[in-house]
Amino acid sequence: MDKSFGALKVLDELSFRVDPGERVTLIGPSGSGKTTILRLLMTLEKVTPKADPERDGGVVWVEGQPYSHMEKRGRLVPANERWLRRRRSSVGMVFQQFNLFPNMRVLRNVTEAQVHVAGRSKEEAEAKARDLLELVGLSDKTDAYPSHLSGGQQQRVAIARALAMDPDILLLDEVTSALDPELVADVLAVLRDIADTTSITMLCVTHEMGFARDVSDRVMMFDSGRIVEQGPPEAMFSEPQEARTQDFLRAVLAE
Amino acid sequence: MDLHAVIESLPRYGEPLLVTIGVTVASAALALVLAFALGLMTGSRHLAVRTPARVFVEFFRGTSVVVQLFWFAFAMPVVLGIQFDYLIVAGVIALGLNYGAYSSEVVRGAIAAVPQGQLEASTALNLTPFQRMRLVVLPQAWPEMIPSLCAFAIMLLKASALVSVIGILDITWLAGLIGKQPGQDRLLHYGVVLVIYFVLAWLIWTGMRALERRAKRGLGVDAKPVKGRLDPAVAAGGVG
Ligand SMILES: Nc1ncnc2c1ncn2[C@@H]1O[C@H](COP(=O)(O)OP(=O)(O)OP(=O)(O)O)[C@@H](O)[C@H]1O
Ligand SMILES: [Mg+2]
Repeated sequence: MDKSFGALKVLDELSFRVDPGERVTLIGPSGSGKTTILRLLMTLEKVTPKADPERDGGVVWVEGQPYSHMEKRGRLVPANERWLRRRRSSVGMVFQQFNLFPNMRVLRNVTEAQVHVAGRSKEEAEAKARDLLELVGLSDKTDAYPSHLSGGQQQRVAIARALAMDPDILLLDEVTSALDPELVADVLAVLRDIADTTSITMLCVTHEMGFARDVSDRVMMFDSGRIVEQGPPEAMFSEPQEARTQDFLRAVLAE
Repeated sequence: MDLHAVIESLPRYGEPLLVTIGVTVASAALALVLAFALGLMTGSRHLAVRTPARVFVEFFRGTSVVVQLFWFAFAMPVVLGIQFDYLIVAGVIALGLNYGAYSSEVVRGAIAAVPQGQLEASTALNLTPFQRMRLVVLPQAWPEMIPSLCAFAIMLLKASALVSVIGILDITWLAGLIGKQPGQDRLLHYGVVLVIYFVLAWLIWTGMRALERRAKRGLGVDAKPVKGRLDPAVAAGGVG
């Protein structure tokens, strides 16, 4: 797929596939397009259309079905809101800035979409929310407003909120970057736990190389909207082949 | 003694006071409904929704309230054949439309000020556009609107005196009428009217403060009651 913002080409003929249950970490310098990829997958951005998506590409596929596009009279056309609503229920996202709803207490942050989107009963949604809040270690904060929580706590609520919708694919965009250093470990511990106990496919942008090494099956190095190099974390971190990967890793590890 | 004459004639303010309050409350209610409708429409992504609302808003903001009052009271019955049984209805509609158009900008601005991340998070949870607005955006925008809406409500209270131009007797006109009578002091009567407006404006302001505090509490922002101020429940009840 391609993605341009005006004249700026951010993703250039990018193509990759992720297997069900795979954990992929996206690394690369600032501006290389990592966030853009996750936002495309969350349908917060649209791929830049091509004349013939069937032949030229530019289509996101999920589980063998078009995702960014839909079929219309035998042709692939950009998806409309109805199609997107049907398809994106299998994808969840956690944001760098948490984006909890400040007008709802913690419990309601986690139940709201369950009730209004997934159609669950209030009791069912609350039971699930309490389980998930326990998983992220926040059972005692269900009645707090987000503004009364630390960044790390807010981010763990955001993770619970995303998981409550039972996504098959979870997108994590630098979820610890906005946190004070001492709060990072709690959030990463929760994510490790989720990686260990579920089979959710995870696409994760992070600068936490230790976490990436432990959790991911594959690391992808991006630069200027292209994949520079990819492979299992051991290989990528101990003997990167490309000069740009070596430079990037040296810079990150020096921090 | 002048003061005595003023006090004697105070009961005559009763009905015009009801007119002032009635016109203010009714046109504020109309303006509020319109402000939300127009504010949502002018903020829409769709040109076909945005344009008519924009034209409506600019028309009512760009023309004089007095002319609008005349139009609804006297021109519309002739031109469109629509006659109101009571002139006061024409006054309420003209003021309501005018202030609705003005305050729609407050609604639109507050909605636009809700951080983009909130919309993105609700999209990621697959809420419909309507649910995004109802569950996420409006509850966050509402507390931000209250102070400006309060300012408009007070302006509307003062503008309610304009209904006298279409022949409706409100407190301002009454003060002028009584003041002209022998043995009455016009300045004292205008003083009475000043005090009445001030008390009404204060009631609006106190009620809005209470509303705002409650709305902010709903965002988890601590809003401690200020010492010496009226109990929020009482104040809100006072304005309705
Ligand atoms: N909405 C937008 N409009 C214009 N340009 C944009 C927009 N979003 C992103 N870009 C540009 O696209 C490029 C890629 O941005 P992106 O956010 O995907 O990078 P990133 O790899 O996530 O970087 P970082 O590590 O800093 O988060 C950047 O040059 C950025 O300025
Ligand atoms: Mg980014």
